[in-house]
Amino acid sequence: MLRWSAVAALLAILAAGLFANWIAPHGYADQDRESPNLSPSRQYPLGTDELGRDRFSRLLYGTRVSLLLAPAAAAISIAVAVALGGFTAYAGAGWARASSLVTDLMLSLPTILILLTVRAMLPLNVSALASIVITCVLIGALNYPPAARVIGAGVDALLKSDFILQARATGQSPGRILIRQLMPGIRPVLIAQFWLLVPVFVMAEANLSLLGLGVSEPMPSWGNLLRELENYSAIPERPWVLAPLGVLMVTVLCLYAILPSGEPA
Amino acid sequence: MSIRRLFPLLALAVVLCAAAATVGGPPGTGGELRFAVRAEPKTLDPHVVVDEPSQVVAYLTGGGLVRENRLTQELEPALATHWRVLEGGAAIEFTLRQGVRFSDGAPFTAEDVAFTIRRVADPALHSPLAETLRSGSGAIRAEVKSPTVVVVRVPNRIANLAGMFDGIAMVSSKSKTNPPAGLGPFVIAEYKPASHLLLRRNANYWKKDAAGRPLPYLDSIRLDILANRELEMMRFRKGEIHLLNGLEAESFDRFAKETPGAVRDLGPSLDSEQIWFNQVPTAPIPAYKREWFRNVEFRRAISAAINRADLCRLVYRGHASPADGPVSPGNHAWINTKLKPAAYAPQAARERLAKAGFRMQGATLVDSGGRPVEFSLVTNAGSKIRERTAALIQQDLAKIGIKLNVVPMDFPSLIERIMRTYQYEACMLGQIADPDPNEMMNVWRSSAANHQWNPNQKKPETTWEAELDRLMDEQASAVDPKKRKAAYDRVQEIAADQLPFIYLVHKNALVGVSPSLWNTKPAVLRPQTFWNVDTLAFNAPRGR
Repeated sequence: MLRWSAVAALLAILAAGLFANWIAPHGYADQDRESPNLSPSRQYPLGTDELGRDRFSRLLYGTRVSLLLAPAAAAISIAVAVALGGFTAYAGAGWARASSLVTDLMLSLPTILILLTVRAMLPLNVSALASIVITCVLIGALNYPPAARVIGAGVDALLKSDFILQARATGQSPGRILIRQLMPGIRPVLIAQFWLLVPVFVMAEANLSLLGLGVSEPMPSWGNLLRELENYSAIPERPWVLAPLGVLMVTVLCLYAILPSGEPA
Repeated sequence: MSIRRLFPLLALAVVLCAAAATVGGPPGTGGELRFAVRAEPKTLDPHVVVDEPSQVVAYLTGGGLVRENRLTQELEPALATHWRVLEGGAAIEFTLRQGVRFSDGAPFTAEDVAFTIRRVADPALHSPLAETLRSGSGAIRAEVKSPTVVVVRVPNRIANLAGMFDGIAMVSSKSKTNPPAGLGPFVIAEYKPASHLLLRRNANYWKKDAAGRPLPYLDSIRLDILANRELEMMRFRKGEIHLLNGLEAESFDRFAKETPGAVRDLGPSLDSEQIWFNQVPTAPIPAYKREWFRNVEFRRAISAAINRADLCRLVYRGHASPADGPVSPGNHAWINTKLKPAAYAPQAARERLAKAGFRMQGATLVDSGGRPVEFSLVTNAGSKIRERTAALIQQDLAKIGIKLNVVPMDFPSLIERIMRTYQYEACMLGQIADPDPNEMMNVWRSSAANHQWNPNQKKPETTWEAELDRLMDEQASAVDPKKRKAAYDRVQEIAADQLPFIYLVHKNALVGVSPSLWNTKPAVLRPQTFWNVDTLAFNAPRGR
């Protein structure tokens, strides 16, 4: 019951983001330069930022970006981890060791530095949408190692199981064993890993954008909206600036924590 | 006692009080001044400083032959009582103050000046100070004429040669310590990396106040190493630190509301913000884009399409002024007052673009080849001010059909692109200008590395850059201040006409000064709040 409530709440929040074009009273980039830093009003439900942009509209669009980006990045991570897990299972001990070495190396490197380096090497003339895709792919591709470790261990255990031995004995091809035998067996691990990675990636995007390296202006995301935290001593005076975003982020992260097991983490 | 007998005593008391007030001494001496630097000082050697924290330490602990008064922007005697420029600016003779002692007690003589100059000029030390004295090839020499007279010779004539000695801290030729003993108002007493630097009052400091009291008034200065700006402001609010330099507009406004007397807007500083286009012939960017960027009408159109008044009002909350050129109104001596700020004129921008062969295709501007006008603007990540500025410019340019992609990136990557690989199209950064044009040689000369739009040219590629070279050389060697001013005025005119840099705003100098301090005189020149540190004191006695 709790799980379904969490799913419903998450879908409602996602729907609000997805239909931002219809719900939001203003465009996310619209600047009303005569109305900067306004308090909440009927016209601007959460007030305006320094450039006269409607905070409520930007929160809705930012929710869409962050909520879609994190699961997409998690899916990329899982795909990379499964590919590596499957590859090492069949490629032999040498390749398995090499793959393990690369994963160890990735785990030992500070992800943020790799992200900075890769981000700096990318082409400059990219649209806001492209910057979202790039951020998503980078976060997903570079954060696969923890999932790869767990999935690799799961695949390894399954490969030693009797039913795989029996499948091999009956002459099933490696591809068939992978799809028909291994994948169903590993699915609970994949689902759990996916739901664990989503909130991690929500925060990763927030961190990256907080550093100014995630989703580009004027596209909002939770991360670049959080940059208001730079002046945190001003927040008590104007709680509407960050309180709605804070409540939304905490709610979403809690909901994601409930999803895998149906119980709060 | 009758009133008549009391009267002389009362009169005497009044006279004494008036005399004390005339002398104008501090309410109290002693105490510890505290403020923050944002990073570790990279060196404690005053002759090799490049970073700001090291400059702060060098300023507080070093004593120079002359010192620029940051309020009047005039040069004043310090360790030299007077000086004489010789050979048309290729040499200078200093007459030294007598009876001065280093912090270790050793007497200060002309030998120490010669030792300092030789140390600074030593190529093995890689002192950036030597570069300011060495405008051409050749040696920098110091010749001791007597224990109190020394002549310094530089390879080429330098205008404002005396001013170059403001930042050169004299060190003792006899000192065995590293850094050597100095002559500044404070000496380094303790350095705890990642925590603080404690400076103790130099008991041998040469300067005295009008009443003959030894300076500095303060006992010590504690420089907290504090990277977090918000934390710095919270500590200022609590009274734990006494000075704030380089406040941002939002924080300034908040302080102004809470404690109006604690923050001051000093008016336009020398700092500006600007954008420029990559005009490097070998840059790995499409040739047609390079053609846009090298077209002066394109640059003028971009400049006219940017609403600088909105930038000042929205991003800087009114604490900035629209920029008309490289020299800020805060630089009274060198600004060309004939130049007016570029007007916001989107229609004029469209006309200029049409003149240059661009046309509108629906809502998009295209060039003569039908290619949509779109370019990227790189800037350093993490600066909210620059991101806001870029967002405003993005919308301003969209109004004339130009698509601007804003790309914040980490600073080292940004520097790599603009200084080495030239893989960028346009860049937005700030400029911390020095008041004297000589310090801008590395920007305006075509052969300079900081000639950002097209650096390190073997010979000037355009006639106006050739004229800039000639004018900068002319002002650097002219001894007549009027000739120098005329040359630099013309440099500003060319910069405003050709727009290699599109100047956006001149930021105001916003500082915080604790009301508990006495004799504070913040100035727009750095160091803004503590340039007169030797005469700062607390309003209430702190004991010594």
